[in-house]
Amino acid sequence: MDEPINLVLFSGTDDKLQAAAVMTAGAAALGRRVNIFLQYWALDAFRKDRITAGRGLSAEAGQAGAALVAAAAKAGQAPWHETLRQAKELGEVDIQACSLSMDVLKIEEDDLDPLVDGVEGVTAFYLNAGDGHIVFI
Amino acid sequence: MPLEIAQRVDAKGLSCPMPIVKTAQAVKGLASGQLLEVLATDAGSTKDFAAWCKTTGNELVESSVEGGVYRFVLRRK
Repeated sequence: MDEPINLVLFSGTDDKLQAAAVMTAGAAALGRRVNIFLQYWALDAFRKDRITAGRGLSAEAGQAGAALVAAAAKAGQAPWHETLRQAKELGEVDIQACSLSMDVLKIEEDDLDPLVDGVEGVTAFYLNAGDGHIVFI
Repeated sequence: MPLEIAQRVDAKGLSCPMPIVKTAQAVKGLASGQLLEVLATDAGSTKDFAAWCKTTGNELVESSVEGGVYRFVLRRK
């Protein structure tokens, strides 16, 4: 239980980001360190100019799924970025942007929301992951 | 003998993981031995609270449900 939880976030839809935020908050509440690695569309979601914008849902949600998710939000469920902010306040959560994805998407570090702690490559991510599980979302 | 509750957390209406997140936040501010009461309506609460207490070493003193509201009392280790 001492190893960190390591999440690689690739998808940038609201549902997957929310799932990632919930897993992060749960780990933080248990005193487990969380290392997050942002790639591609998840990285794009952390741009400061669009972090609060809706990102849509995975195709598998369909119309019925979209209605359910909208109902949950209306009932007061916090958005994914708010859940992540609370997780960071509660425990050790480190969020790093994948340097390759930064290049591909032409994103500068200044473009990113303060939730992001820095930029690193996959090697540093693996080093920090240690013997902990790695989850790809 | 009624329990002396040092702090109460109202997590009613909040869904996973917020009841646990609010609990963990509140526990940080308690002194060792103090009691925290949490009210929640999330169906997964009972298992979550038992698991959280077991993992963090805080003692789950009471766990009950009445009218759809779960009540947990835990002692800060």
